[in-house]
Amino acid sequence: MEQRIKGIAASGGIAIAKAFRLEHPDLQTEKVTVADTEAESARLDRAIAASREELETIRKHASEQLSESEAEIFSAHLLVLDDPELIGPVKDKIRSEKVNAEHALKITADGFVTLFESMDNAYMKERAADVRDVTQRILAHLLGVTLQSPAMIREQTVIIAEDLTPSDTVQLNPEYILGFVTDIGGRTSHSAILARTLEIPAVVGCRSAMAQIENSMTVIVDGTAGEVIVSPSDATLKAYEEKRRLYAEEQAQLTQLVHEPTRSKDGHQVELAGNIGSPADVAKVLENGGEGIGLFRTEFLYMGRDQLPTEDEQYEAYKSVLEQMEGRPTVVRTLDIGGDKELPYLDLPVEANPFLGIRAIRLCLQEEDMFRVQLRALLRASVHGHLKIMFPMIATLDEFRRAKAICLDEKEQLAKAGVPVSDRIEIGMMVEIPSAALMADQFAKEVDFFSIGTNDLIQYTMAADRMNEQLSYLYQPFSPAVLRLIKMVIDAAHREGKHAGMCGEMAGDEAAIPVLLGMGLDEFSMSASSILKARAKIAGLSKTEMEAKIDHILSLSSGEEVRSYIEESL
Amino acid sequence: MVEKRYTISASEGLHARPTSLLVGSLAPFSSDITLVYQDKSVNMKSILGVMSLGVASGSTITVKAEGPDEHEAIAKIDEVMKSEGLAS
Repeated sequence: MEQRIKGIAASGGIAIAKAFRLEHPDLQTEKVTVADTEAESARLDRAIAASREELETIRKHASEQLSESEAEIFSAHLLVLDDPELIGPVKDKIRSEKVNAEHALKITADGFVTLFESMDNAYMKERAADVRDVTQRILAHLLGVTLQSPAMIREQTVIIAEDLTPSDTVQLNPEYILGFVTDIGGRTSHSAILARTLEIPAVVGCRSAMAQIENSMTVIVDGTAGEVIVSPSDATLKAYEEKRRLYAEEQAQLTQLVHEPTRSKDGHQVELAGNIGSPADVAKVLENGGEGIGLFRTEFLYMGRDQLPTEDEQYEAYKSVLEQMEGRPTVVRTLDIGGDKELPYLDLPVEANPFLGIRAIRLCLQEEDMFRVQLRALLRASVHGHLKIMFPMIATLDEFRRAKAICLDEKEQLAKAGVPVSDRIEIGMMVEIPSAALMADQFAKEVDFFSIGTNDLIQYTMAADRMNEQLSYLYQPFSPAVLRLIKMVIDAAHREGKHAGMCGEMAGDEAAIPVLLGMGLDEFSMSASSILKARAKIAGLSKTEMEAKIDHILSLSSGEEVRSYIEESL
Repeated sequence: MVEKRYTISASEGLHARPTSLLVGSLAPFSSDITLVYQDKSVNMKSILGVMSLGVASGSTITVKAEGPDEHEAIAKIDEVMKSEGLAS
């Protein structure tokens, strides 16, 4: 009988194979009184020494098979193994309570596991798994049991486990381990991250996989949908074999596009860029063939702390992004706080309508000292790449002029002080308020570039809160009102020979791309994982053909009409 | 005793990988090294101790070293804090 188990999609793709249950041996410990505590302590030392030897072998294996960064987790395990706050208390317990090493270790380690698991931080929660992993290893040596090792598997299987320890995952050989399913864990668990690195389909957090799946049952892992199918019917099996083939084909096509330019069927070239929230996100954009950064949200520098970031801290972050981008265009948005993003330490007054209140550039012009610190950090970093500074939430020309004047003033002062600043910095603005879109012709004379922020532009055009599900009928990217505004902005930019980009969700929406291409959008900025799909999509479109449809699209009367027209005409 | 204050600038605070390197680099020193954060202090040679504090980005910590190689220990901490981008 076919059974379906829902879980969390951790790593995309389809795997079909026989199940292999990876069970960890029962490492139950009992409290036993020991007479010779010195001997007990020595037994613990031997178990630790044996564990250290094993961990060093695994670390070596990991750095050869995977990467240095994967191997580092085992360096962390080795630190835990030698941690004075772990081993010290265990030995104290053995001595003072005259208990066996197993019991003393279990109690002490559980204390740390509970502590880490209770922390409100995903990273720390994962560290609980590290402590458990190390403890299991020492316990196994104390009890004289062998831990089951995934590296020993020599036939194609799907691993089913309660959870995979980091030392399990690092032994996964993609040649034999086609996929895995676990009952606990989330998208950011170590095992999930590793599955994506190894490109093994995985579904985690299934809860009942160990209870429902026996060894050798046929299992389909749909890592894209987050579903596991146990003992599939012939029809299901056939359908998934086809799905697997299509997925592989698509992946192969997409990877070929990484170093290709983004060009439509009729030879029109556009730029595909990535949206990032921190310097660590750049790698992903480049791996996916991003040609620039279309939006670097700088809020992360300000959030989750208790005081403003210093100029040097900001400089380091901007420099890191610019250096990694190696001269590719990098749009950095100045602080966009307010609305739904608060900074407790600024102690801003509560507003009745935060989205219509003092946020983004409005706040920066009010708190000019804070704004100047960010601008100085950006200007100093500019020599490390191709910097484009973007002001958010501009409603009037006066606001843009004031922000730009402050920026130029800082630049002049830096120059006077002998600090090098690049002379090819561009200064532009985000278009997300309808007034700015309507006045785009005037703005275009003064900006170096526009970037359309569709998430806010739609919400402000339709006067509909994008988080309010009951208003989702109003929050429509394809609404002709929104499309007309976008068209106005692009046309205004082009009349002045300026560049028009887009950094909202819409830029990566496969249904919207044809329309945006037809309207002449120059740069599409999206999350890294959408870039290759967008490139493939654009390669199959003709810009001239789409351009010819724009007048008709803008004459339609509703978002639904636009959507169905696009679907039918492609 | 030598004492020094740091403001943690790493965006993830004292949680991630660089923290392991920091703690790992202190093993050779015989001085007692303590990390004080808010009203708690822990043995800085203990990865579990340091991580259990959950030091967030932007907060201030104090490091104390006491023993024959206390100056060298603080110099090492300085070096790793900078090279790993934990504090400026």
